[in-house]
Amino acid sequence: MSIRRFLAVLKARNYEFIRDKSALGWNFLFPILIVMGFAFAFSDNTLDTFKVGIYGDQDQATSEHPFFTSRHIKFVTVDDLKSSIVKVERHQLDMLFDLNQHRYWINNQSPNGYILERVLLGSQLINGEQPASSVADMVQFAKTQVSGKEIRYVDWLLPGVLAMNIMFSALFGVGYVIVRYRKNGVLKRLKATPLSAGEFLLAQVISRLGLVMVITIIVFIGTSLLLDVPMYGSYFNLLLIFVLGSISVISIGLLIAARTASEEFAGGILNLISWPMMFLSGVWFSLEGIHPWFQKLALIFPLTHLISGARAIMLDGAGFLEILPYLASLTIMSLVLLAIGALTFRWE
Amino acid sequence: MQQVMEIKNLVKKFGSFTAVNGIDMTLHEGVCLGLLGPNGAGKTTTIEILEGIAEPTSGSILFNGHAIDKSFRETAGIMFQSTALQEFITVQETLELFGKFYQRTLPLAELADKCALGDFMSKDTRQLSGGQRQRLLLAIALVNDPAILFLDEPTTGLDPQSRRNFWQLIRDIKQQNKTILLTTHYMEEAYELCDEIAIMDHGDIIARGTPKQLLAEHFNSMILQLPAADIDVNQLPLPFNYLQHNDEIEIESQDINATLQVLLAHHINLENLKIRNHTLDDLFLKLTGHELRA
Repeated sequence: MSIRRFLAVLKARNYEFIRDKSALGWNFLFPILIVMGFAFAFSDNTLDTFKVGIYGDQDQATSEHPFFTSRHIKFVTVDDLKSSIVKVERHQLDMLFDLNQHRYWINNQSPNGYILERVLLGSQLINGEQPASSVADMVQFAKTQVSGKEIRYVDWLLPGVLAMNIMFSALFGVGYVIVRYRKNGVLKRLKATPLSAGEFLLAQVISRLGLVMVITIIVFIGTSLLLDVPMYGSYFNLLLIFVLGSISVISIGLLIAARTASEEFAGGILNLISWPMMFLSGVWFSLEGIHPWFQKLALIFPLTHLISGARAIMLDGAGFLEILPYLASLTIMSLVLLAIGALTFRWE
Repeated sequence: MQQVMEIKNLVKKFGSFTAVNGIDMTLHEGVCLGLLGPNGAGKTTTIEILEGIAEPTSGSILFNGHAIDKSFRETAGIMFQSTALQEFITVQETLELFGKFYQRTLPLAELADKCALGDFMSKDTRQLSGGQRQRLLLAIALVNDPAILFLDEPTTGLDPQSRRNFWQLIRDIKQQNKTILLTTHYMEEAYELCDEIAIMDHGDIIARGTPKQLLAEHFNSMILQLPAADIDVNQLPLPFNYLQHNDEIEIESQDINATLQVLLAHHINLENLKIRNHTLDDLFLKLTGHELRA
């Protein structure tokens, strides 16, 4: 391994990317356009529905209190009380009930929470004054008030869009470019020099990693300032998960480019991987509601772990130990994919 | 002259197709050897094996007495038939990039001077003309001051002026006692640059020697050329070998005086007569039965 040769390839590759103004511009513009577009599209909450979390048996809830039979309210069963309370704080749930302890939580800054509480109290009265005799012995819920700033869709979306931009930049900027190098003879010329495949591949990985991280940081800072996106966790943890996520996606690019010399074939494979990865990893919508099989399938994509980890850090304030499973998954994926890509790589 | 490279019984097969069929060859220090042959003759496959780019099916290659390995790349300079360069970097950056790959390199200024690159060192490689690009590729091949230089059809696609300029660069490099293996389609190029030539066909070397030796060995005649319009060969069968190339008749003659007398006796117009020696093109045609560029 020669550092001199590695740095020479790294420098040349960086020049190539930085001087290709159209590619560079698009790498910045694409995520910004997506985030700003969605921020505008979802700037009012008229489409929101009332969303109430229920911890406990939902059938039991229906029999215990008429509130749970109210129409036009979406009742969702939750498995974890602690994380659901955080969702109330983040306005992701308008109200939360614990049927075991007969408690409910609302956010004192949430208009939806306020209205739902009025509906709850109103459902206990007849003519708006006296408790109905038939429900006189109904369960009474104790109120707990929480506070916290609303998590808008755009706040939730930003980590996904940043990850998606990394994915496209890494897959096409590494995979497609190496295939093009092979097809037009650049790799053959490099093979004729003392440069080793390891030095060449490492330079491609580091070059693309550096570039996507610079772009991601700039886009993150820009959109955060423009849209006042919240950040509850550690910036270091966020950087760490983005670095590992980028390496794992770059590794997929290397693997695809290891042998093929056909840009058309490589393009097809890259699309075959990138589109399902984009839709199943939760860039645009939460995976909570999808079929369990697809939830399991989504775990094979590094983007799923990257986005889940980044959202946990940014929106839930998750610490290092909480994101450790995501970091471990990304590290293992990166190592395996890089090893296979490097071992199967051919100059021609 | 010291022997630099020795090739013994080199074979390369692609499935059932034999591209190189057991060739033996030696390269000597300071000698430019031209490897000639039509497309598909096996010359590019041969040169790529000698460069260490491709693996032979069997046979041995010794460089200065040792089997070639990865360290050979430090001492070899290679100019491929067609090479794309990394985009968005200048000529100078390209040379610096390749220079970093080797332990020993020529100073950039010397390299630029040798290959006449001085005027466009800061030019993007995408903006180079054909001749400038070939000079850059030659400079890349020379960046490590190689002991042996492989040039695979270096002037293909260049205009005549650029080709002649390129030949001068090769002549200058030859002056530095470098061993050169050159493949080309152009007989004139081989005649101008090569000390020796080897003619390949169907994976075999069918002739080898200096151009003069080979021509003397295979021909003891000259060629008379006349416009086809001046001779009706159907009406007047000629008593010697002739060939018709489009609108020209070529007559092979071992005795010019006797041939001219026959032509005059048949009242053939000799105003447009040309007499020339045999060329490497003629030699190739004689040896292989087809033209070099076929």
